[in-house]
Amino acid sequence: MSTMDQATPMMTESAAPERAAGTPRLLVVLTIATVLGVIFGLYMGLVYAGTDVMQGEVQRLFYIHMPVYFGAALALGVTVVGGIQYLRTRQVKWDTLALAGVEVGIALAIVNLVTGSIWARPIWNTWWNWDPRLTSAAITILTYAAYLMLRAGIENPDTRRRFAAVYGILAIVTVVITVVIIRIRPDTIHPVVVGPTATGTEAMVQGDFELDATAGVGAALGINMIVWAILVPITLMWYRIRLENVAERVQMMRAKYLES
Amino acid sequence: MKRTPFFHTVASIARKDLQVELRSRELISSMGLFALLSILVFSFALELNRIARIEAVSGVLWVTIVFASLLGLNRSMAMERENGGLDALLIAPVNRAAIFFGKMAGNLVFMLTVAVVLLPVINVLYDISLFRPWLLFTLLLGIVGFATVGTLLATITVQTRARESLLPILMLPVALPLLLGALRASASVLNDAPLEQWVAWPQIMLVLDVIFIILGFLLFEFVIED
Repeated sequence: MSTMDQATPMMTESAAPERAAGTPRLLVVLTIATVLGVIFGLYMGLVYAGTDVMQGEVQRLFYIHMPVYFGAALALGVTVVGGIQYLRTRQVKWDTLALAGVEVGIALAIVNLVTGSIWARPIWNTWWNWDPRLTSAAITILTYAAYLMLRAGIENPDTRRRFAAVYGILAIVTVVITVVIIRIRPDTIHPVVVGPTATGTEAMVQGDFELDATAGVGAALGINMIVWAILVPITLMWYRIRLENVAERVQMMRAKYLES
Repeated sequence: MKRTPFFHTVASIARKDLQVELRSRELISSMGLFALLSILVFSFALELNRIARIEAVSGVLWVTIVFASLLGLNRSMAMERENGGLDALLIAPVNRAAIFFGKMAGNLVFMLTVAVVLLPVINVLYDISLFRPWLLFTLLLGIVGFATVGTLLATITVQTRARESLLPILMLPVALPLLLGALRASASVLNDAPLEQWVAWPQIMLVLDVIFIILGFLLFEFVIED
């Protein structure tokens, strides 16, 4: 037992070198940049950009609403990369990456849905409707909730990682196809800000606005795009990966001490 | 070691499933009975006039088919696992993808049988003629897709703790684009809408079927390791 005790700290350190080094400097920089970016983005969206003539203050939600959608897409895209790489190399780190992508993706997709809902209440006079775009967003969240259910249902870690990778690949295919199908359908009342505006649907779209109609809209959107679509998902995923590594190490240490 | 040819393997696995089913009639009877009950429940729940019935019938048809498929897929994989059939297949010197297509073919036949039983019943109870070429074609496309993702996902869920309850949760979101296309296409057929208005939906379904078959082919080997 006493020899065990002496050996353990060294073994743990060699198994996980980043622990001794503490938080990597790049992550510290990234965290600071993200926090400052969020504050600056909020300032740009809430103060700097002019108030929308038609919709008033509630339009400011858009500066979070749209960038966060792309942030979720980035995170869920990372999941596919992680899944494919895991199936090829069988290295645990790729599965951890995939898991981080799903959790961050779900969180950001929920922010997207909630901000949209709050915006829709005054503009569409309803919290929710079964507009194709709203439906596809809801389906995306449910698909990845199923992914997490699947992970929770498997005890063997290797099987869990393998199945999660397979389902992650299957999930992105259907999510992308659903989004594509729904985007080409003309009967949406959701404002089309990015991408081709379907001609002949202007009368149906409710709550549309021009990107350059109000002062500072472009700048505020650009800043928030960098913050919410790039900085926030990457920072959150990084922390999630570190958390998973710590949890893994706790598991291993517990198993080791319970055995001895 | 010499491997059994691909299509020979597919055919023998499918034949084995059909033979088991012919003797036990376990899957078809439970799926068929469930489907009939579901149709009855729907016709009570939606007491509709003629116009509304045309709108509702494609929904009734597809929801019933999807849930009956879930029932059958769960049972089919559970039986395979209980009897150790999957393990035996894994030891056999055959291509893994051939196992997938064999199981899928079996499931496909069961689902099609249920659909064939279902159609005349809906026809009578809802008083709408369902035997139209495009509707049958849509039905085939939809069921091929469900059988493909269903076989892949049922192989996953049968190896988990939650088993039966997990398959619907995993399969419904994945099958949703297919279901969406199927619903739109069959509603349009029943409404006698002009072909060019909805022909995109069967096309989307066809593309989805091809994608699902390719994914099943590629991913199945990762699902049945060890």
